[in-house]
Amino acid sequence: MPDETPKTNAAGLSRRQILAGGTALGAALFLPKDLRAADFPTAEINTTGLAVTDDTVTIGILHSVTGTMAISETGSVQAEKLAIEQINAQGGILGRKIEYIQEDGASDWPTFAEKARKLLVNDKVASVMGCWTSASRKAVLPVFEQHNGFLYYPTFYEGLEQSPNVIYTGQEATQQIIAGLDWVNQTKDAKTFYLLGSDYIWPRTSNKIARKHIENFMEGCKVVGEEYYPLGHTQFNSVINKIRLRKPDVIYAIVVGGSNVAFYKQLKAAGIDPTEESPIVLTISVTEDEIRGIGGENIEGAYACMKYFQSLENENNVKFVEEFKKMWGDDIVIGDVTQAAYLGPWLWKAAVEKAGSFDVDKVRAASPGIELTTAPEGYVKVHENHHLWSKTRVGKAQADGQYEVVFETAELVEPDPFPEGYQ
Amino acid sequence: MFADYSWPELGAIFAMQGFAGLILFSVFVLMALGLAIIFGQMGVINMAHGEFMILGAYVTYLMSNLFADHVPALFGMYFFVAMFLAFIASGALGLLVEWAMIRHLYKRPLDTLLATWGLSLILQQVYRSVFGAREVGVSIPDWMMGSMPVTDLIEIPINGIFVMVLAVSISVGVYIMMFRSNWGKQVRAINQNRVMAGAVGINTEWTDRLTFGIGCGVAGVAGSAFTMIGSTGPTAGQLYIVDTFLVVVFGGAASLLGTIASAFSISQAQSIMEFFLSGSMAKVLTLLVVVGILMIRPQGLFAMKLRK
Repeated sequence: MPDETPKTNAAGLSRRQILAGGTALGAALFLPKDLRAADFPTAEINTTGLAVTDDTVTIGILHSVTGTMAISETGSVQAEKLAIEQINAQGGILGRKIEYIQEDGASDWPTFAEKARKLLVNDKVASVMGCWTSASRKAVLPVFEQHNGFLYYPTFYEGLEQSPNVIYTGQEATQQIIAGLDWVNQTKDAKTFYLLGSDYIWPRTSNKIARKHIENFMEGCKVVGEEYYPLGHTQFNSVINKIRLRKPDVIYAIVVGGSNVAFYKQLKAAGIDPTEESPIVLTISVTEDEIRGIGGENIEGAYACMKYFQSLENENNVKFVEEFKKMWGDDIVIGDVTQAAYLGPWLWKAAVEKAGSFDVDKVRAASPGIELTTAPEGYVKVHENHHLWSKTRVGKAQADGQYEVVFETAELVEPDPFPEGYQ
Repeated sequence: MFADYSWPELGAIFAMQGFAGLILFSVFVLMALGLAIIFGQMGVINMAHGEFMILGAYVTYLMSNLFADHVPALFGMYFFVAMFLAFIASGALGLLVEWAMIRHLYKRPLDTLLATWGLSLILQQVYRSVFGAREVGVSIPDWMMGSMPVTDLIEIPINGIFVMVLAVSISVGVYIMMFRSNWGKQVRAINQNRVMAGAVGINTEWTDRLTFGIGCGVAGVAGSAFTMIGSTGPTAGQLYIVDTFLVVVFGGAASLLGTIASAFSISQAQSIMEFFLSGSMAKVLTLLVVVGILMIRPQGLFAMKLRK
């Protein structure tokens, strides 16, 4: 791998840097003072040999664009590229334009680890935006810790993790689940819950937290059923029969991927119409992306609990949706994870500028407390535990495939990846 | 585990689970029939069977859009047109594949596994390029949604009935073709002794091609029907392939009756266990039972009587 980074030492400017200074001067007139590359000599802001030159900085994008996860991860890649383009249009980071190297994890966890190693060791990228499933994150984690890389991870996930080398831009389990359950209990007077999910770590951990919350913290409420089906399962008639017999107030369904399509179609066909709200259907795993497969008419009336919906009405989001569609086409929909992926490059930019350096250790030290007022979801802030403070919202699915926001928490919810009393 | 329910509830459980089992049975029959024809009669292991189904599903998706955009008044009927076209499209692709690939591999049955596995990857990539990586939503006519109440506790989903009727009609159709038509006689003759069949003047090449085409066509119809219950995406075919092979092998490869019997026993076992255990456990137990029976009867439930 040819390394384009100019070989400079800490002692002084390279010849190329002095030459570059001349051209930078012209550009400097149009930039705010604190962004001029000339004010940040490469040797000072990058002491660890990252892929930073006098006018560019290279980062990695590591998602699956082939294989079964491509359906989900495509949106994240699009969001990250949009953010990078926008940052570059504003003059980049510390006066340097962001370039990216995109690698394909191919929905295969060992491949993720191998590509992460390639990005960190060969390409010396300054940070990586990537991963979607918990399995892929767990696979790359030792690589990032060994080579001191920095990863921005966009998916809502089960929690129980905190790494010095990862910033989690999606919600962890307690942020997503608890506010939603309280809401359905308080506003819909729901007392009995039927928990249903796909059979792997995220739904099982999430349902464990949900069950603890229902049984220990919600008065008079109980779980009347809990069930898991293999990934990709498409026959839900049996569980729908059970639900009909147990008559829960709420069906709490966290089925993932293609199984969602089967589940909601069969639910509707079996005469359980979410719009009638008896029982209420509540999910944390169906974003606008999944509704495209399910069909809006099949899920209309169901509630989803997450931090972002495309229909959020605020200035940031209107602008974000408009630019996203301008770049990627009008018929695209934007889900929760796509928005969380969009935050990655911006949070990194803020942290680098606060640190005044690209060095991972300094960026890490600068990260807690970073605020973003321009996020489409509204205001977010990085917690010391590397997760984001964020609001939790409940949206009601509409026939056109969008969610109507019916509730949001008044305050930002503090991230708590290791919740006490929920283990 | 029975203590949680009252007697009328238990009655309703068995009625509804029995019916859920029948729907699952119909789904299995639709999935496996096309494969059973190809595997049983030609000895070709068609790993791309799921992708032929998905082609049918995409045809249905295209037709639903076409009808919704241009002739919304007839939208209720589009499904029948879509199923017919799904049969034609998958069948035609089947004919092409047989001509281009399968016919060169008849003497090497295990190689058909590799070749059709490759074909399945190619088809997935083609779907991804044409329709995009994301799942597409297929709208279902209103009359197919909802359910019919039988008693207070028992309700029967209409699309389930539709899938059952379809499975029965296709099984009857295949039975007539196989055992009552001239073509069926030729297929069976070739299956028993290819050289001899050729010697008495049967056009073995054309019969093979047609058998493969019809098997793929049936897969297309199944895929079309599954848009009502499952997802339609480039890799969705993979979800079906394991269950499909399970049904065919358990039933005894060369026997259509065996396929139906095995679909029935697997679906009922799974459906009833699903109610009293969790979904994942039901699947595991079903697989264990199937493996156990296959160890005792390696040829499957119904094997053709052949002199060895």
